[in-house]
Amino acid sequence: MTTPKNIGPEHHAVDEFSGTRTTGHEWDGIRELDTPLPRWWLYIFYACIAVAVVYWVLMPAWPMLNSYTPGTLGFSDRRNVAAEIQTLQAARKPSFERLNTATYDQIVADPQLAEFARAAGESTFGDNCRTCHGAGGAGAPGYPNLADDVWIWGGTLTDIEHTLRVGVRSTHADTRLSVMPAYGRDQLLSAREIGDVAEYVLTLSAARDRAKPDAAAAARGAAVFQQQCVACHGATGAGDRAFGAPSLTDDVWLYGGSREEVRKQIELGRGGVMPTWEARFDPAMIRALSVYVYGLGGGEPTPVAAPAAAPAPAAATTP
Amino acid sequence: MNSRQNASDVGYSPLAIGLVLVIGIALTIWGAARTHDGPFAIQMYTAMGAFALGLFALVRAYITPNPNAVESRYEDGIVKAGVIASTFWGIAGLLVGVIIALQLSFPNLFYFQDFGWTNFGRMRPLHTSAVIFAFGGNVLIATSFYVVQRTCRARLAGGPWAWFVFWGYQLFILLAGTGYLLGITEGREYAEPPWYVDLWLTLVWVVYLLVFLGTIWKRQEKHIYVANWFYLAFIVTIAMLHIVNNLALPVSFADTFSYSAFSGVQDALTQWWYGHNAVGFFLTAGFLAIMYYFVPKQADRPVYSYRLSIIHFWALIFLYIWAGPHHLHYTALPMWAQTLGATFSIMLWMPSWGGMINGLMTLSGAWDKLRTDPVLRMLVVSVAFYGMSTFEGPVMSIRAVNSLSHYTDWTIGHVHSGALGWVGFVSFGALYCLTPWLWRRERLYSTALVEWHFWIATLGIVLYITSMWVAGVMQGLMWRAYNELGFLQYSFVETVEAMHPYYIIRAVGGLLYLIGALLMAYNLWRTARGDAPEAVTRPNAAPAAVAAE
Repeated sequence: MTTPKNIGPEHHAVDEFSGTRTTGHEWDGIRELDTPLPRWWLYIFYACIAVAVVYWVLMPAWPMLNSYTPGTLGFSDRRNVAAEIQTLQAARKPSFERLNTATYDQIVADPQLAEFARAAGESTFGDNCRTCHGAGGAGAPGYPNLADDVWIWGGTLTDIEHTLRVGVRSTHADTRLSVMPAYGRDQLLSAREIGDVAEYVLTLSAARDRAKPDAAAAARGAAVFQQQCVACHGATGAGDRAFGAPSLTDDVWLYGGSREEVRKQIELGRGGVMPTWEARFDPAMIRALSVYVYGLGGGEPTPVAAPAAAPAPAAATTP
Repeated sequence: MNSRQNASDVGYSPLAIGLVLVIGIALTIWGAARTHDGPFAIQMYTAMGAFALGLFALVRAYITPNPNAVESRYEDGIVKAGVIASTFWGIAGLLVGVIIALQLSFPNLFYFQDFGWTNFGRMRPLHTSAVIFAFGGNVLIATSFYVVQRTCRARLAGGPWAWFVFWGYQLFILLAGTGYLLGITEGREYAEPPWYVDLWLTLVWVVYLLVFLGTIWKRQEKHIYVANWFYLAFIVTIAMLHIVNNLALPVSFADTFSYSAFSGVQDALTQWWYGHNAVGFFLTAGFLAIMYYFVPKQADRPVYSYRLSIIHFWALIFLYIWAGPHHLHYTALPMWAQTLGATFSIMLWMPSWGGMINGLMTLSGAWDKLRTDPVLRMLVVSVAFYGMSTFEGPVMSIRAVNSLSHYTDWTIGHVHSGALGWVGFVSFGALYCLTPWLWRRERLYSTALVEWHFWIATLGIVLYITSMWVAGVMQGLMWRAYNELGFLQYSFVETVEAMHPYYIIRAVGGLLYLIGALLMAYNLWRTARGDAPEAVTRPNAAPAAVAAE
C-alpha cells in the first residue's frame, strides 16, 4: 500500500539483523521494518473486543433515541443499592426500635443492646464528633474532653442526650446557652483588673502549686471576682452546671490553664459552639451516641430518682 | 526573529502579530479599567505587560535585524528556547509537587496562615498545570517543531508565528499559574484557567496547528512520518477538547467568573471526556510522537513495525475518545455510559501496547546499548512505564476494581507511574538528545550525571508509586469495612491517620525525582555552554545534527 512507483517491495532493503524487509521509506535516517502485526497482540486485541461485545449484550450499554439497551441481565445499580440499603436497615431496625423505646437503665442492663448502641455511636461519633472532640473524645483546646470526669453541662446519660439534641450556643431554640462576657475586649475591666482576677482564679484552682499566683494581686482580684464572677462560677469558684459555668477549682481547662491562657479567657470570654444534632440524627441514633460518649470514661450515674419503669425484662432480651 | 530575510515566506506576518498584540493591549487596558475585581486587574496588567514586551521585541527585530542572522536550513532557535523553557518549568512543577506532598505529610508544619495563596487548594492545580502543561506542553511544542522539520525536510512554516506560539504559550502558563495563586479557577480538573485565558490559549493553539500543518504541507518527503501523525492527532484533538470543555458564559467581560454551558451530570461528563482525553492525546499521543522519533534515533535502529504503527495509531485515537466516562463510575452518570467507558477502556489496552511494542522492539539488535547509554535506557524505561500504566488503566476502569480504587490514592499512584515514569522519562530522554544536537556539541557534558539522574529518579518513582498503591488499596478497604453489626468500621479521619507514613514515603520519592531533574538541568546547562571534556566520542553520538546539515 505504501510502495513507491516502479519499485516493488522485493527491492526494499532488508535489515541485516532481523532479516525483515524495510518499507523503503526513510526520514532523517529513520527507517521502518515491515514486520507483520505480532499475533499475540492481535488476538488479545480481538479478545478484548469480544469481551466488550459480550458485556454490551449483558449490561445496559448503548443509548437509543428515548432509552438505552438495558442488557439481558437486567442489571441496575440503582435497584441493587436500594436493596442493599433496605437489607441493612431491616437488619438494624429491631435494635434501633428498642433503643427508641427502652429506658437507659434497660439499655445498659441489656449487653446486646448496649453493644449495638456503642457500635452505632462509635461509627457516628467518628465521622461527626471526632473532628472537634478528637479520637476517643480526648478533646482539644476549646473542645471539651469527653473522657474525663469533668462536665460543663452534666455527664449523666440524659444530660449528654440533651446536649446532643440542642447543642451549645447553637441555632436550636432551646440550646444550652452560657455567655461569659469579654471583659477585656468590651472594656468591662481594665487590663490590670483582669490580671488580678486571673491571679485569684489560679489561687482557687488546683493549679495553684504549679502557677504560684502573686498573693497581692490575687487579693485585689478577689474583690473583682466577688463583683463579676460569683453569679455564675459561685463564691468558691465551684461552677454551676445549671448555667454551664465550669468549675474553676480543678486543674481542667477548656482553653488552657497557664496564666496567659486564663487571662486571655477573661479578656475574650470565648464561647465555642456545638451544633444541634436533632435535625441530623433520629432519636435512636442520638441515644446511641449518648451511650457511646457516656462509656468513654466520664459517665456519671443517673441521680437516685430512678424512673418508674418496670424492672428490665432481662430474661426477655434474647432475640 | 530573523523574519525579515525570509520575506517571501513571512509576508505580512510581523504586521499581523503586531496587530494581535495591539488589540491585546487595548483589551487588557479596557478590562483593567472596567473591573471591580482585584485579581482580574492583576491578570490584565500581567497580560498587558506581556503584550507590550512582545510588541517591543517585534518592532526591535524589524527595525534592527540581526546582521548575523543567516537563514538556516531549519528553525532551531525556537527549539532551543523550548528546551530551556521545558527544563525551567519541569523543575518548578516538580518543586511545587514536593511542597504539596509535604503539606499532606506534615499539615501543621507546612500550613502558612498568613499566606493564603500557599494553601494546598491553590498549589495543587499549580503543580498539575506546571508539570502537564508548562513542562509537558513545552516539551511537546519544542520536540514537535524539531521533529517535523527533520522528518519533512522543511523549515518551519509561518516564520515569526512559531515564535508567537512559543511566547503565547508561556503567557498562557503565566496567567494560569498566577491566577491559581490569586484564587482564580473554573474548578474543572486540568482545565482550571478562567475564560479569558482559555480564549488566549485557543488562539495560540490554532496558530500552533497552522504552523505544524504548514510545515507538513511544504514537506520534501513523499510520506508523513508516524511521529507527525501522533503530533497532529495531539494538536487537533486538544484543540477540540479545550474548546468544547471550556464553553462558558462570563458573568461580565471584566470578571474572572463564568458559567459553564453545561450543567449537572452533562457538565461532569464533558469535563471527564476532556480530562481523560487530555491524558490520551496530550500525555499519550504527543509523547508517543516523541518516542517514535527519539528511540529509533538514539538506538540507531529501524522502527520495529510500520504496520503495527498504523493499526495502533488509528485504534488508539478511535478508542481513546470514548473512555472518559470511566472517571464517573458509581455516580449520577447513567449506567449505560459507564458501561461504554469501561469497555472502550478495555479495548484500548492493546492499541496502547502497540506503541510499547514498537518502542521496545525497535531496540532489537541494539539491546547492548542499554548498558552504556543511560539516555537510551531512560527512553526505554519510559516505554516500560508506559506499558505498565496503560495496563493498569484498563484494569482500574473495570467497575468492580474501580469501586475500590476510586477516590483513593491508588489513582494518584497510577497517574504518577504514567507521569513520572512515562512522560517524565521520555521527555528527559528527548532533552538529553536535543541539547547536544542543537548546541552542536559532540556529546553531553557528563554521562555519569545521566546515570545518577536515571537511578535516583527511578528509585523516586518506585517509592512514589508503591507507597501510593499500598496506601490507596488500604484506604479503599478501610472505607468499605463494616463491622458485624453493620456499621462502618473506620471513621474518615482514621483512614487519613493510616495514610501518614505512606505520604512521607511519597514525599521522599518526589524529592528524589526533583533531585534527578536538577542534575539534568545542570548537565544540560554545562553541555550547552560547551563544557564537555575531551573524551572518546561514541560513533553515533549525534547523527541527527550531522545528517540535518
